[in-house]
Amino acid sequence: MNTLVEFLMGTILLVFRGGKKYYAWMAFLVTVAAVGMGAWVYQLQHGLTITGMRDPVSWGLYIANFTFLVGVAAAAVLLVIPAYIYKWGPIKEIVLLGELLAVSAIAMCLMFVTFDLGRPERFWHLIPGLGTLNFPASMLSWDVVVLNIYLVLNLGIAVYILYSAYQDRHPNYKLLWPFIIFSIPAAVSIHTVTAFLYNGFPARPFWNASILAPRFIASAFCSGPSFIILAFQIIRKYTPIKIQDRAIFKLAEIIAYAMGINLFLLIAEVFKEYYSATVHLAPMQYLFQGLHGQSTLVPIIWTAIALNVTAFLIFLVPRLRENFLFLNIGCVFMFIGVWIEKGPGLIIPGFVPSPLGEVWTYWPTTPEVLITLGIWAIGLMIYTLLLKVAIPIEVGEFRQIKDRLKGIVEN
Amino acid sequence: MSRPKVTTVDPKQASRRKFLKGLAAGTAATTLAGKALAQGGFMSYGSWEEYFQKNYREMTPDEVQTTLKRFEAKYSREYGKKVTVKGTPAMENVLFGYALDLNRCIGCRRCVYACVDENNQSREKPQIQYIKVLRFQDGEMELEKSDRYYDPEQVPEEGHYYMPVQCQHCRKAPCVKACPIKATWTEDDGIVVVDYNWCIGCRYCMAACPYEGRSFNWADPTLPADEMNPETHYLGNRPRMRGVVEKCTFCIQRTREGRYPACVEICPVGARKFGNLLDPESEVRYVLEHQRVFRLKEDILTEPKFFYFFG
Repeated sequence: MNTLVEFLMGTILLVFRGGKKYYAWMAFLVTVAAVGMGAWVYQLQHGLTITGMRDPVSWGLYIANFTFLVGVAAAAVLLVIPAYIYKWGPIKEIVLLGELLAVSAIAMCLMFVTFDLGRPERFWHLIPGLGTLNFPASMLSWDVVVLNIYLVLNLGIAVYILYSAYQDRHPNYKLLWPFIIFSIPAAVSIHTVTAFLYNGFPARPFWNASILAPRFIASAFCSGPSFIILAFQIIRKYTPIKIQDRAIFKLAEIIAYAMGINLFLLIAEVFKEYYSATVHLAPMQYLFQGLHGQSTLVPIIWTAIALNVTAFLIFLVPRLRENFLFLNIGCVFMFIGVWIEKGPGLIIPGFVPSPLGEVWTYWPTTPEVLITLGIWAIGLMIYTLLLKVAIPIEVGEFRQIKDRLKGIVEN
Repeated sequence: MSRPKVTTVDPKQASRRKFLKGLAAGTAATTLAGKALAQGGFMSYGSWEEYFQKNYREMTPDEVQTTLKRFEAKYSREYGKKVTVKGTPAMENVLFGYALDLNRCIGCRRCVYACVDENNQSREKPQIQYIKVLRFQDGEMELEKSDRYYDPEQVPEEGHYYMPVQCQHCRKAPCVKACPIKATWTEDDGIVVVDYNWCIGCRYCMAACPYEGRSFNWADPTLPADEMNPETHYLGNRPRMRGVVEKCTFCIQRTREGRYPACVEICPVGARKFGNLLDPESEVRYVLEHQRVFRLKEDILTEPKFFYFFG
C-alpha cells in the first residue's frame, strides 16, 4: 500500500512540474473551464430554458458534442488493434496515449449528457440496483452501460500498465490480455450503440437509415486519429517520448481509407433520398438546401463537406500526407469537418421538420456555447494531466531511471 | 379565439443581465454549483422523502398512499387551497380509445385551452399545450404542408380542414421503449403516463415520438394559484416541475372516475368521441363499427388508440 500512496503523491508532484508554456496552457484551460462552469451554474438556476433548445428541436449542441466525442473515444481501438495484435513496432509505445485520450473523451461525453439532463440530480435513477434501468429495451440504457464499461476498461488498463512501469515490473500480460482483447469490440460497440440510439425511430427518418452505424465508425476513424496525430507531434516535441514518423504516417494512411468510405456512404445516402424523393427527403433538404426559407445549417454543412474532401485528398496522396504542413492542415480540416457532420449536422436535421411537419430553427445561446467550451476545456485538461503523469512514468523519468520502458514498450 | 398561440418561446429572450450575473457567480463555481443545484433542484423537492422516493410502479400500496398524502400536503401549502392527489388505478376490463371526426372539427382550439385549464400546464413562457391543431388545405394531408399557427378572424375557413393531434396512446409506444429508466409506461387501461418524480429529463422519449405528443418543461412551470385545478391524479394533472417531460393522459384524473376528458367535453361540434374499446356499447366502438376510420401514420405500426374518421 505504501507504494500506492507514494505513486499517488508522485503523480501530484508531476502535475505541478512544468515550464511556462505548460502553465500558460493550463491557465487558459482553467479560465475557459471556469467561465463554462459559471454558465452551468446559471443553467442550474434557470433550467434548460437558457439554451436554444425547445420542443421541436429538443437536443442541440450538448448531444451533438456527445455524439462526436464517442467517436473520438472509440478511435482508441485504432491504436489498440495494430499495436497489440499485429505488433507494429512504431505504434506500440503510443497505445497508452491513445487510451488516455479515450478516457478523456468519455469523461467529456458523460459531462455533455449530464449537463443536458433536465434533472441531473436524479442521475441515480440510472444506477442498476438503485434505479430502474430500462435494459435491454431502451438503447439509451445500452449506451449508459457500454460507455461506463469502456471508461472503466481503458482507465483500468492504462493505470495498471503505468503502475507496473512505476514499480519497475513487467505488466502481467496473462492477466491483461483478455482485457485488451475485450477493449476492441468494446470500442466498436460504444459507437455502434450510440448510432443505434438515433437509428431506431421511424419518427425520425433522417436517423432511421441503416447506413448510420457504419458511417459513425468510418468517421470516427477520421476524427480520432486526426486529433492523435496533432497531439503526438506536440508530445514528441515537449517530452522525451519518441514517436516515429512512420507511426504518424501510418495513421494518416488509415484516415485516408476511412474518409474514403465515409464519403462513399454519404453519397449512397444522398442518392437514396434524392432519387426516391419521398417525404423522408425533407431533413436532408433542410440540411443541404434549406427548407421553407430556413437554411441556417446550409453554409455549415457545405463547409464541412469542403473541409472533408480537401482533407481526404491531402491524406490520399502520400507526398502530401508525409509533409507535416499539409498533414497538420488536413488533421485540423478533418477534425472540424467531422465535428460538423456528426455533431450539429446529424442531430439537428433529425428534428427538422418535426414529426408533424414544423420547420423550426435551432441556434445555441451564448451560455450554451460557453458551457460547451467549458466541457472541452475540462476534457483537454484531463488529457493534459493524464499525459503529464503518464509520460514521465512511461519514459522512466519518474524515478530518474532511463530504461523503465521495458514493461510497456518491449518490442 | 383571441388567446395567444404560444407553443415555443424564443430562447434569445433569456435575459442577458441575468446571464452576466450567473457568469460572475461562476468564479466561485464549485460551491455555487452545489448551491444552484440546491436552488434549482433540491429546493423544489418538498422533502428528502420526495427526492429519494421510488419509481411509482415499484411502490407498495402503503408507500403509494404515503406519497399521495405527502404531495397533497405540499401542493395545498404551495397553492393555498385544498388539493387532492389521487392514485385511482385502472378499472377492470377497460381499454380507453379515442375517435375524432375530421368532418366536424372547425379548428376553434377550444380543446387546446380546455386541456391547459384542466391539466395544470405551465401558462406562459412557454405555455405548454398537449393538443396541436393542424390546418390543411382541402385535398392535402401532407404533414409538412400543415399550418399549426393559423390565426384567422373566424373559423372554420373556406377551403380548409383541421386535424387536432395529441398523444395517440400507442399500443406499441416508441416513447415507452425509449425511456432509459422506465419513468413512462402504458397503464392497464391503455393510458401512457409519466412519473414526473422519476423522469430525469433526457428527452429521449421526445425524439422517439412520431406525433409530438410530449412536451418538456424547459423553465419552471408558471401556474397561478387561482387557475390551478385542485382535483389531481399522481400520474395526471398534478403540478409538474422544471426539467421533466409531460403529456396528454386522456385526463386520467377524470376518465378513471367515469368522466369524459376535458377536450371531449368542451368540443362545441361533438367531433370528439371517447370510451372503452372493450365495451361493445361504447361510443368509440360505435364509431369503429359504423365509420371508415384511420390512424395517423398507420405505416409505422405503433398502433395508436386514437382514430380519425370523416363522419
